[in-house]
Amino acid sequence: MGIENLLLGFHVAITPYNLFVAVVGITLGTVIGVLPGLGGANGVAILLPLTFTMPPTSAIILLTSLYWGALFGGAITSVLFNIPGEPWSVATTFDGYPLARQGQGGQALTAAFTSSFVGALFSIVLITFFAPLLAEVALKFGPPEFFAIQLLTFSSFVGLGGGNPLKSLVTILLGFILAAVGLDIVTGQLRMTFGFVDLMKGFDFIIAVIGLFGIGEILLSVEEGLSFRSIPTGMNLRVVLDTWKVLPRYLRTFVRGAFIGFWMGFKPGGATPASFMSYAFAKRFSKNPERFGKGELEGVVAPETAAHAAGVAAILPMITLGIPGSPTAAVMLGGLIIWGLQPGPLLFQEKPEFVWGLIASMYTGNIIGVLMVLAFVPLFAAILRIPFAILTPVIVVICAVGSYAVHSSMIDVWYMLIFGVVGYVFKKLDYPLAPLVLALVLGDLAENALRQSLIMSQGSLAIFVTRPIAGVITAVAIFFFALPVLTPWWRRIQGTAAPSGSPRAT
Amino acid sequence: MKLGAVLLFALALLTVIPGSSIAWEPSKPIEFVVPAGTGGGADQMARLIAGLADKHKLSPRPLIVVNKSGGAGAEGFLDVKGKKGEAHTIIITLSNLFTTPLHNNLPFNWRDYTPIARLALDEFILWVNSETPYKTAKEYLAAVKDKQCKERQGGQCLMGGTGSAQEDQILTIQLEQAIAGAKFTYVPFKGGGEVCVNLVGKHVDSTVNNPIECASHWKAGRVRPLAVFDTARLTVAEWKDIPTVKEALGVDVSYLMLRGIFGAPGMPKEAVDWYVAFLRKVGETPEWKKYMDDGALKPAFAAGAEYVKWVEENERLHKDLMGKGGLLKK
Repeated sequence: MGIENLLLGFHVAITPYNLFVAVVGITLGTVIGVLPGLGGANGVAILLPLTFTMPPTSAIILLTSLYWGALFGGAITSVLFNIPGEPWSVATTFDGYPLARQGQGGQALTAAFTSSFVGALFSIVLITFFAPLLAEVALKFGPPEFFAIQLLTFSSFVGLGGGNPLKSLVTILLGFILAAVGLDIVTGQLRMTFGFVDLMKGFDFIIAVIGLFGIGEILLSVEEGLSFRSIPTGMNLRVVLDTWKVLPRYLRTFVRGAFIGFWMGFKPGGATPASFMSYAFAKRFSKNPERFGKGELEGVVAPETAAHAAGVAAILPMITLGIPGSPTAAVMLGGLIIWGLQPGPLLFQEKPEFVWGLIASMYTGNIIGVLMVLAFVPLFAAILRIPFAILTPVIVVICAVGSYAVHSSMIDVWYMLIFGVVGYVFKKLDYPLAPLVLALVLGDLAENALRQSLIMSQGSLAIFVTRPIAGVITAVAIFFFALPVLTPWWRRIQGTAAPSGSPRAT
Repeated sequence: MKLGAVLLFALALLTVIPGSSIAWEPSKPIEFVVPAGTGGGADQMARLIAGLADKHKLSPRPLIVVNKSGGAGAEGFLDVKGKKGEAHTIIITLSNLFTTPLHNNLPFNWRDYTPIARLALDEFILWVNSETPYKTAKEYLAAVKDKQCKERQGGQCLMGGTGSAQEDQILTIQLEQAIAGAKFTYVPFKGGGEVCVNLVGKHVDSTVNNPIECASHWKAGRVRPLAVFDTARLTVAEWKDIPTVKEALGVDVSYLMLRGIFGAPGMPKEAVDWYVAFLRKVGETPEWKKYMDDGALKPAFAAGAEYVKWVEENERLHKDLMGKGGLLKK
């Protein structure tokens, strides 16, 4: 294990052809990441048939590079236009967009890309040295453990909402209701479709997000008056270096984000909850949590580190167990089989040059990726100089194309517009959107895991505390749920009573 | 997907196709609908066909794979149903062609579509974790009957499977009805690969996975195949030592899953002929043959009346099995 294998891998990954393939993949991936709706999974699926004439290692390098590119690219529209290019970039909008509005788009993008790279590197190093061991840990995660993780994600947000707790509750419940529309996997029945065939596929999270954030924001801007303002932004690569000077300050956020991302990433659907959880913990442990949501650089670092760490970790179960950790990995897995490789525990022994070539290409791919996107930071930031009157129609078209691309279906474009109006109304009435999005993305996963667990235990909730891993995670989650209640009580015991400063639960 | 269409279209324009003697040929990219998610068995097969068409220049226009998985595949089936007379839309089907409309009373049936060809049949195997003491299906079923799965609530054995009221659950119910006193608790998961990993992680006691979904875990010594749900043993070398359910348990429980292609309603006869010839050519490629062997799929190419007859029989069979299992829409 380890170094000599990795050297073998670099031997494969650093051929001119494979480096060229990586550059092509990253370029396409970044474009795909920028277009909301056209996610990494779609991009990989589109390119898959083209890879059949390539050697398997080059083929996987092309597809994984495209995936890294999509991970990097997802942040661009989140920061510039408040439109998350990918689901795991939603949390990046919370602070990235306000920063861009304040003319610091370059800084936000630099922070996002750098964090992505740090998160990725953390995961790659862990995969390099501990892949088989980590695969064993992943096997211990069944439905009860998975539900416990979802619970922990929700609990990390408790007490952070600010504003009116009742309004947060309303939006979170609305998110759960929307998540429940469509096929119920446990009974195989359709739920809440009211006989409408179009409701059958449910509400896609990414379409809701494009509408709520992207279109909603545009409607607000329009109302504020069509001022032909453009935002002055530095057009200089110095912005990258200046931001790098500040970033070491957030060392703890980097470490925490990378850890959360990796840990969540090797179970399916991990990157998005990881980015939310990382954001929530960064805010919780920050000295100035009140700055979050108003343009705090740390609020960009946290979700991006976690998302990219999770995105890389999703490859681990694919090569060690033959199960995909993300939808994109699922498509790559199909590719493996078509290239004549059998994904699963034997891949490391039977095809070392493939596996280690892939692992080595994660290093080269991410290094090439981060350099490429950083080089373009001034260019990306300069987009904000385009007058609003020209930019807005372009954004609306991109949103519509992105929504259509998710399922090649026109109804999704209408859903997006409806969500846009909802997003606008909610913002006017001061209802927070983040809980809705969180509930929409996690509701489905959490519900399935909960019901699978209860089927396994014949209905007994004890299954969440008697299994060691699930028990520990559940206990931590309960602790965070109780924290807003415990904190004032604890302060009183300490005698340092803070008369009016007790935090509120959401 | 739009980007992909443009990309593939551009590539197709670059490919010079010599004149052919066949009367009909696709004149634009073919939309290839997959009524299931990305990465599953049907999706893999569709993408393999699309890839082989490109690699071996079997089609003058590319095939664009589109996943429409909503409502257990109903989204894809209803979408194709609406494209009457369209010669450039085909759909790959799995058992949800029968199970989804029967379970949810949705307005589609195989008779709405133009049958093109049956490509293969997928096998099912009863698997347990290799760390369990059960060496034969008989031993395991005895444990199920006596509620001997000790780690579980009440010793009730857990059977993991894909989805609900679909092939895995149908098969579980068939097994229960054949073996008096056997009762599983069925745990539905989203995809076949996930099911087998939950077996390796001992979160369930057994599964009825397709061979390919568990193959690598079997080779790594983590799971054990006990019986194959077919009337004859598998023919591929490494799989042929697994007994049939009849041999292992003395009861007749068998089930095969359709991997077939249908066209949009009222597809012109010439187009159907082209697709049949095209799929035959795909079936002759070495990559396809390797894929069939690796996944222990049963080669079962059939077109025309033979295919229609088989589908008719299978629809009756599903109605019967789902009725017995209480899975029909009331």
